[in-house]
Amino acid sequence: MLKKENRVFKNLYNEFGWDIENSLKRDDWKNTKDLIHKGRDWIINEVKTSELRGRGGAGFSTGLKWSFAPKEVGSRPHYLVINADESEPGTCKDRDILRFEPQKLIEGCLIAGYTVNAHVCYIYIRGEYLREGERLQEAIDQAYAKNFLGKNACGSGWDFDIHIHYGAGAYICGEETALLESIEGNKGQPRLKPPFPALVGLYGCPTIVNNVETIAVVPTILRRGGKWFASIGRPKNTGTKIFCISGNVNAPCNVEEEMGISLKDLIEKHAGGVVGGWDNLQAVIPGGSSMPLLPKKVCDTLTMDFDSLIENKSGLGTAGVVVINKDQDIVECMARIARFYKHESCGQCTPCREGSGWMWRILDRVVKRKATFSDIDLLSDVTKQIEGHTICAFGEGSAWPVQGLLRHFKKEVESRCREEPLIKKKLNNPYLVDQHLLENKNA
Amino acid sequence: MSVKKVYDKQPKEFKFSDENLKKVEEILKRYPKKNKKSAVMPLLYLAQRQNDNWIPLAAMKYIANYLAMPYISVYEVATFYTMYNLSPVGKHFIQVCTTTPCLLRGADKIVKLCKENISPNENEISKKGNCSWMEVECLGACVSAPMVQINDDYYEDLDEKSTKEILISLINDKPLKPGSYRGRKNTSPEKILISNGEKHA
Repeated sequence: MLKKENRVFKNLYNEFGWDIENSLKRDDWKNTKDLIHKGRDWIINEVKTSELRGRGGAGFSTGLKWSFAPKEVGSRPHYLVINADESEPGTCKDRDILRFEPQKLIEGCLIAGYTVNAHVCYIYIRGEYLREGERLQEAIDQAYAKNFLGKNACGSGWDFDIHIHYGAGAYICGEETALLESIEGNKGQPRLKPPFPALVGLYGCPTIVNNVETIAVVPTILRRGGKWFASIGRPKNTGTKIFCISGNVNAPCNVEEEMGISLKDLIEKHAGGVVGGWDNLQAVIPGGSSMPLLPKKVCDTLTMDFDSLIENKSGLGTAGVVVINKDQDIVECMARIARFYKHESCGQCTPCREGSGWMWRILDRVVKRKATFSDIDLLSDVTKQIEGHTICAFGEGSAWPVQGLLRHFKKEVESRCREEPLIKKKLNNPYLVDQHLLENKNA
Repeated sequence: MSVKKVYDKQPKEFKFSDENLKKVEEILKRYPKKNKKSAVMPLLYLAQRQNDNWIPLAAMKYIANYLAMPYISVYEVATFYTMYNLSPVGKHFIQVCTTTPCLLRGADKIVKLCKENISPNENEISKKGNCSWMEVECLGACVSAPMVQINDDYYEDLDEKSTKEILISLINDKPLKPGSYRGRKNTSPEKILISNGEKHA
């Protein structure tokens, strides 16, 4: 359990006020100037010592990412972009940071911007978070009024400006290159990597893209030392993390905890336990909808960090814990997630565009008890054909939850399938069955 | 689900109001001079706000002219993103989140209430009042599920009773306050025990 003094986001529930005066009382902007004057190498080293891993889903080392930015500014300016396009089902941590701890984010932006030689920072907020964006804009204005931003920001000698850019309801814009396309005024379709954004990013310039939570913990890490942060949690999985516990729990909440906390503790101590008791647990999606779900027997002993979840063939992702109890129809839940991915696919790569629809239609058939046993193999085949054959990780994100369902709940799926193929029965079901199969007499 | 259907009765002309033109100048300052195109998304938002929450084709042409970019690029952006409405929506536009975390806590019941109280189909303006509703994907307030977005505000921690009250208040054009409807403080854990059928929908 995380000790109270080790908490980074003390105002997660807005108990102490979000505005700059109250933030200053919580040590935000305390000797920021001195931290910056210690130099880029010191900052990067300290972040590397802290072993901070990106909080946006992939878990890439933040210090390492910053060190990829060119050391000298050439003919092209550098940019810092903050990814606040939080759309992963099960995740709502960034919303609270934007609403209640905006100064932590703004201070983090200044430090990160200085470290990667960027004078301009864009914060990309999802369009639905309009009120959160207005709050952040107010906080930015307050920071400007105190000269923490603008020319010679915070007395550091570094000019720094922050702009907000709203998305418009596209999940895919959470992918970093799609996000950059979106800022440039295009459709949010991911780019091929390499070149990575650190070298060719926004407007073709070197760009560092970081998640809100990653940037917001940086000032605290620098102030209290990388070793302090590394002492929390497990080696390689250090520090604190905001977990969002939603679904069938008695008290769904956001809570900051140390990495490597056991899932059972997280649910029982913070979220009031599973509705109907721990034995009523069916499955847990541990890291937002794109991570495979885990059945109860794995959940009993599970610890929540990047590496232990990978060992269990899942992932920490954004730490959006979705709890599903035995009152729910697990196949229907996953079919709804498949529908989400079908809706949100950007349509650039064929396997994902078509496959996400296939997965949804097959799962929908299973829910309606109209599927056959061969559909299960087909479904498994479709997930394999999407995975790894797309430009961005959306392909994996849509295929993994279905694979997780087939891995852990195959019996549930099979119990709803039937022996005989649909076509022979001539069910009048043109939308769910592919048209060309209906036309073929031999099918 | 959002439908990207262009409305058949299009106004002939569109122009930004003077007030919005000032805002446009402010927006353009955020981006490098040679990358004016970046402003297309904020400008579409402005156009949508000025035109009763939907974007006519004339506005896209106007914005294309304004930013010196091809009309098709603006059209592409307006049709790609789901938050740009290409047909009129109600004055009170209700977006019901129905993705899994909300579904687990009874979003389907909210959809049912919308069908009963607003209109039997999505994207249809109600006979009484001026409302329309739509199912949307995750709105990012999963720990406050189930929830709906009405225009710009989030209404959280709903159940059948509170949803019905909210919907009726919208039909009567006197919207209730946004926020949590179980009286909780933001996303903090509650101390009360709840179970299916009782405290949550």
